[in-house]
Formats: sequence, C-alpha cells, structure tokens
Amino acid sequence: MTHIVLPEPDRATIARRDEIVAGLAAAIGADRVIADIDGRRAYETDALTAYRRMPLAVVLPRSTEEVASVLRFCSRQGVKVIPRGAGTSLAGGALPAEDAVVVCITKLNRVLEIDYESRFARVETGITNLAISAAVAERGFFYAPDPSSQLACTLAGNIGMNSGGAHCLKYGVTTNNILGVKMVLMDGEIIELGGGHLDASGYDLMALIVGSEGQFGIVTEATVRILRSAEGARPMLMGFSSAEAAGGVVAAIISAGIIPVAIEYMDKPAIHVCEAFSKAGYPMDVEALLIIEVEGSETEIADLLARIVAIAQPFKPQSMKVSQSAAESARIWKGRKSAFGAIGRISEYYCMDGTIPLGRLPEVLARITEICAQQHLRVANIFHAGDGNLHPLILYDANDPEQSSKAEIAGAEILKLCVEVGGCLTGEHGVGIEKRDLMRVQFTDKDLALQMSIKTVFDPQWLLNPAKVFPLDGRPPVAAAA
Amino acid sequence: MAVIPLRPAADWELANIISDAAARAVPLEIYGAGTKRGVGRPVQAGAEVSLKGMLGTMLYEPNELVMSVRTGTTVAEVEALLAQRGQMLPFEPIDLGPLLGRDAGQGTIGAAFATNLSGARRVYSGAARDHLLGVRAVTGHGEMIKSGGRVMKNVTGYDVARGIAGSWGTLAIITEATFKVVPRAEATATMVVFGLPDEIGIEVLCKVMGTPYEITGAMHIHQGPASRLWQSQVRGGGKSATVMRLEAPEKSIAYRVDRIRQLLKAYGELTVVDTAGSLAFWQEIRMLTVFHGSKNPLWRISTSPRLGHAVVSAIARYMAVEAVYDWSGGLIWLEVPASADAGATDIRRVIALHGGHATLIRADANVRNAVEVFHPLDPGVERLSRRLKATFDPAGIFNPGRMYATM
Repeated sequence: MTHIVLPEPDRATIARRDEIVAGLAAAIGADRVIADIDGRRAYETDALTAYRRMPLAVVLPRSTEEVASVLRFCSRQGVKVIPRGAGTSLAGGALPAEDAVVVCITKLNRVLEIDYESRFARVETGITNLAISAAVAERGFFYAPDPSSQLACTLAGNIGMNSGGAHCLKYGVTTNNILGVKMVLMDGEIIELGGGHLDASGYDLMALIVGSEGQFGIVTEATVRILRSAEGARPMLMGFSSAEAAGGVVAAIISAGIIPVAIEYMDKPAIHVCEAFSKAGYPMDVEALLIIEVEGSETEIADLLARIVAIAQPFKPQSMKVSQSAAESARIWKGRKSAFGAIGRISEYYCMDGTIPLGRLPEVLARITEICAQQHLRVANIFHAGDGNLHPLILYDANDPEQSSKAEIAGAEILKLCVEVGGCLTGEHGVGIEKRDLMRVQFTDKDLALQMSIKTVFDPQWLLNPAKVFPLDGRPPVAAAA
Repeated sequence: MAVIPLRPAADWELANIISDAAARAVPLEIYGAGTKRGVGRPVQAGAEVSLKGMLGTMLYEPNELVMSVRTGTTVAEVEALLAQRGQMLPFEPIDLGPLLGRDAGQGTIGAAFATNLSGARRVYSGAARDHLLGVRAVTGHGEMIKSGGRVMKNVTGYDVARGIAGSWGTLAIITEATFKVVPRAEATATMVVFGLPDEIGIEVLCKVMGTPYEITGAMHIHQGPASRLWQSQVRGGGKSATVMRLEAPEKSIAYRVDRIRQLLKAYGELTVVDTAGSLAFWQEIRMLTVFHGSKNPLWRISTSPRLGHAVVSAIARYMAVEAVYDWSGGLIWLEVPASADAGATDIRRVIALHGGHATLIRADANVRNAVEVFHPLDPGVERLSRRLKATFDPAGIFNPGRMYATM
C-alpha cells in the first residue's frame, strides 16, 4: 500500500541538516530537539502506517513562544514543518518528510482555566481529548467530541482534522465546540481568535482553521465549550435481517422527532469480530445491528426507549435488548469503540471514512460488497448512522503487495461512490495524503484553487504540511517551489 | 433618486453581474431583502444587487434533518415548510426588520447565514454557522464555487462555507445554503424569576445552564425593557425578569420544571408561563420588540456569560444603559443615549478589559460613518482578514466598507 506519490525531498535542505538542528537547538534549547536516528524513528509515521518518512528533526516545544521561535526559524530558513499531536491520523495527516521538521506539541498539555459558569475550559492543545473531559468530570461536565482514539489523540489533532465521534449527532463536531484559539503562524506571529464568548468577531477565521489539517499554523491553546453531562444515558441493541430495515428504523426515529445521542450501525462481519473481542452481548445471527443511546432522567430514558421500540416494530427487529446496567452499557460501547482494534487483531485493514445520505445506505453497502468482492477482499462496515459517516474496513494481507494495492483500489472506488450518491470523501478523518489525489472527484479546479488561495493567506511560503490535502499538480507556483 | 437594484435569478446571472462589475471596478451593494441594510457602515456603491429573486427549495429530507434552499427564500417561508414536518431552524434567527424600520418576516435565509445573527436558542444548540453544511456562492472573481455538502459530517477540504458565514456579503455571495434542521420540541415552558438584580439574575442563568436539564433560552431583562414586553406573563410589572426556556417532551418538562424550582428556591418564586405565552414571548424576543420605537443607539455585545453583568455595570459608569442579556449573560443588547460616537469609545474600552466584542446595530448613518460599527480587529487578525478579503474579492467590490472602513 504505497501508491501515493510523495514529493521528492529537497536535497539542499537535507544537506544542511546539522546546521538546521543547531539552529533549532539555539532557538529553543537542545533538550527540546530530537536529532538522533532512533529518536526520530518514533515519528516517522502516524496511524497510516504503510507510509513512513524519516523527518529531518523533531522538536518538542513547551510553550507557545517556543513554537513561535521554531516556526520563525524554519520560515527564515525555508524549511518545511509538519505539525503533530499524538500521531493518530488515519489519513497520513502527520506523515513527516525527509526535508521537514516535525513540531510535536504533546508537551503542551496543561489545563489553563476552567469556567463552569461560562461553561468553557482553556487548555493547551497537546492535551488528549479524554483528558479535557477528565478535568471537568468532577463537576459533572464533559467535552463533547469523542473520536474513537480519544484516549490518545490530542485536541490539536482534533482541531486540525475537525474530528467527530459517535456522539456528534446531538453535540456536533470539533468546529461546533471550539470558542477560541491561540495560533502561531509560520512566520512566528502569534494570533488569538475568540475566547470565552460564544461568537468571535470579524471574519470566521476559526471556521477556516478548524479542519485545515495543520496547513495554516500551529494552534497551541484553545478555549473549548464544556457541557453538563446528562443525568443518565442508556444504549439499546437492535438487530435486523437487512440494511434496509435498520436504515428505515433510523429514518423513522429521526422523523418522529427523536434525536438519540448516538446511533451506531454495524454489519455482520463487524458484529462478529467485535463480539469475539469484547463479549458485549451483540446478537450474532443478524445482518445489521444498531446501537441506539438516549439520555435523560430514569423516566425520560425509559420513555424514549419505549417510543423507539414502538417505532422499530414495523421493521421487524430480530432481536432487541436494552442495557440493564452501567457495566453492560460500558461493554456495549467498548465493543463499538474498540472495533478498529478488534478487526486489527484478525487482519490488516484499510479504514475508509466517507459520508453518505442515510437514505442511500442499503444501496451503498451492497455496492461496497461488490467493489470489495471484485478485488477478492473482505469488508466490515461501521456506520455513524445518525450523521451518515461510513467506515468500511477493507481487510487485506499487508505482506501481499498485490492485496495491498487492491485494497487501495477498492478504497478509492468506495470513496468515489460516496461522492456519487451525494456524500463526501471524508467525514472525520481528514484528507491527509490518503485522499489527496481524490479531491477532484468532489471539487472542481476552481473550488480547489480557492481553497489553495486560502492556504496562501495563512502560509504564504507553503511550508506547513505542504504535501497534504491538495493534489500535487495544479498547485500555485509558490507551493511547487516549496 | 431611487436606484433600481439588479435582480439575478440564477447563479450565472449573478456571476455575470459580478464579473462585469469587477472588470469595471464598480462597487456593489448586495443584499437579500435589505432588512439589515441599516447595519454596518453605509456602503457607497455604484449599483445594487438584490438576491430576492433567487428562490426555491432544492432539497428537504426530514428524515436526514437537512435542507437546501436558494438564498432569497425568506426565513419565514423556510420555517413554515419545516413546521409542516414538525421541524425548525436550530438557531432561531433574529429578525432585525422592525427594529430598523422595515416589516417583520422579510429577512432571507441567505442573509441569516451571511450575518450569522443567531437568536436565543444559540446558547443551547449553536449559531447559524454551526448548522451550515454547505453553500453555493459566487466570489468577487465572478466564479461560482461550492463548499461543503448535504451531509452532517464533512471534513473534505477547508470549511469555506463557514468561513463565508458571518462575513456580511463581503467575501462571497451565498446563492444557495444547505443546513441542518432539528425536530420541533413537543412542548415549551418558560420559567421566570422576577425582580433579581443583574448580577444575581446572571448567576441564576449560569447555574441552570450548568444543569442537565437542557435549557434552550436563558435571558435577563432589565426592568425598563421588561415593562415594554407585549407578553403580559413575562412583563413583570416594573421588575426585571430572569427568563429560562425548556423545550422537551411534555412529561420531561413537568419533571425539569420541578427540579429547577428546587434548585432556585433561594432566589424567589418561579413563575411558569404556559405554552402559548411562551411561544409568543420568544417570538417577541426574536424581533427585539422592547427596543422598537426608540431611535437611540443599540449595541450587540458578546462576552463570557459570567462577565455580562460586569461589562454592563462598567459601561453604566459612563452612560445610562438599558440591557437585555441573552445567552446566559454572554450576549448583551444595550441601548444607550444618542451621542456623537454612540458611546463607542467607552464601550470598547470596557470590552478591552473584559474580553469580547461590540457591534453597533442601530444608529444614524452619520454615526455609523464616523465610528467603527464592527469591533476593531487585533493587528495580526486584521492582516489575515485583509489578505482573505483580497483573495475572495480582489477588486474590493462586495459591500465595500460595510464591515471595516478600508476593506
């Protein structure tokens, strides 16, 4: 799986490596710079492990000012920079380059301020997603976006990719939960946007920054919205004999005016693998499983679940089970949240991340099966049904180059299908390098030119994470020169 | 002499108008129904473009909570369509029409996103921009572009649609908006505590917003404006009103009202307004009726909810004020006496100490010409904004000067 072309590294920059490392050490101290080969190797890939590149150097700054010093230095030297959080990107968003310095911000991980009355927390962005919720849990609050990797992934990475999660049907994705940012531009200038207030002034630069995949600057601090947790939450499981029935139930629930906090869908292969891994109590004889979670007081939960059960009846569920205890709820969610890990135990997989209109689900699943069968590959599907975000996991043997390449072909076909039915290439993982060359499937050259011109606004030299997001051809001259 | 605005119906017509204007460097004043034309610095334009002819619903999937509408469709029409399927706009857009001397219910959906002016429900469910999924738009190059799409989750490329939202028609002109909608709640209840001073009123709001009971509106209204409310159950008889809204199934409402009554026992009696009264009150708030009839300057101030009272009391040291706090104290509608700068200098000095921003929503044109209507930007942010503007609208023909004098 190495079909994606990466730009040739700049030999002149590589030749200046010692000088650049010395400059970085002078800028923020030698103890913040990793220059030895073993140290750098830990940063040579992210969660798209098929691609590896040894970075020129890695720096671990401990303050916004140190980030600014590094970027100022690199900008003056014309050296590319790869921003990195925990390196959990499935799209290669944090993949280094041989002629680039990795700026890893995981040492910037403090909680700076918690304001429960105004309901925000100000944190350094190297903090993990889950640690934000942990910091406010004692007062019953939480930070809403919950990507599966939330134990490890950083807020900085979440901001870069505009991460979602299982509960965003009700609470929105990262962009809906960020109130303010402090960001270092490539020339070392530090800007602040928003803050404790709900709407920022002027142009909505924050909207552009969230999801810009580390191409605009390095966000070092953020003010995030924190919410009070519901009194209680409970998932239920519903099994169906077909994707049509399960999709129909989701549509019927939403059209009845009920917005469950999460609606997750798994197909048979996914159910089997996850059940074997987590013993969650998933039904094994169904084609499609829904995990539907509702929130509220005991009475409200009971009432909502009863309504959902009634709505589902005409679709003839084959099995139905409401979680009876906190432990059972935890098992149900563990099964779903560890799905990627569980599948990873039985096979290498290539995880796709398209979004589709819910109404097209049965047709899309059938065609995904066809696409993978054509390549003689198996596929398991996990779907955030409430918001249309589909994760087909294409299983392949990484030691077999032919299978690897077939997996990439099938993946690209699936993403084209998502766009064809009215959806998009990526719902929450980002473009990175992985979907870079598919961007023209979704956008015209004019759309892409406009987006690239916005990158130039923030990063005129095109030094930040440049090999990502946009096809390598058709870039502005400054990018080609970078 | 009355200018007859150009009225394109199709994207390509608008694109042609813009290309032509850009080639000749003719500045354009572009608006929807024009209900918010009185906001911002007066625009000196060579031609006017009304988007009212861009009409129609392109897509409505109630099961997927998504709708696509042409930009000139009124918010009222969109809401009527949604209501037929028991749904609504999540962000409760405000209607500035009557406040600025126009009719109610004329504002367009495109303008709701272009100005990102959200109403009371914003404190719970997010702003207009939060629900915008995609746009079709025309840039200052006269190019038709699209961004985002019709699905809820989409991180493919930069979020240009949201970047355009809130730019008051100075970056790109939205021709079609695709957005998320939500189910209308089964029942609505409004709870009021009368007579609390600002500081305590906001304490109450922050307290209830920190509960799990999903308050969807949290306001504190000074006694002056409260006494001008049309809705008699909230009017308060010469007292301030601290107002909280619940929107939920009938059964949940009874339970949650009870819990909140317990929680607020120490603050005084909790009056519960019935559904009809509630709906009338929140409709009235969307039009800011309490500020109708006056011509005094009206500011919209955004700050941290907890600091709302500190901001108003600091400003009150310089001038007489009447305040309506929304968003749990985080949004302040502040009416001040008429003066040469509408109080801008003092108000912005106070904001600088507390954080946030202030926009002058209502003032005479000569005042709006003389002061910065939108909050001044920090130098770094201004440089980026200027470059962004130049990227979208290099000839500077979109509503020039409306947000910032030289942009």
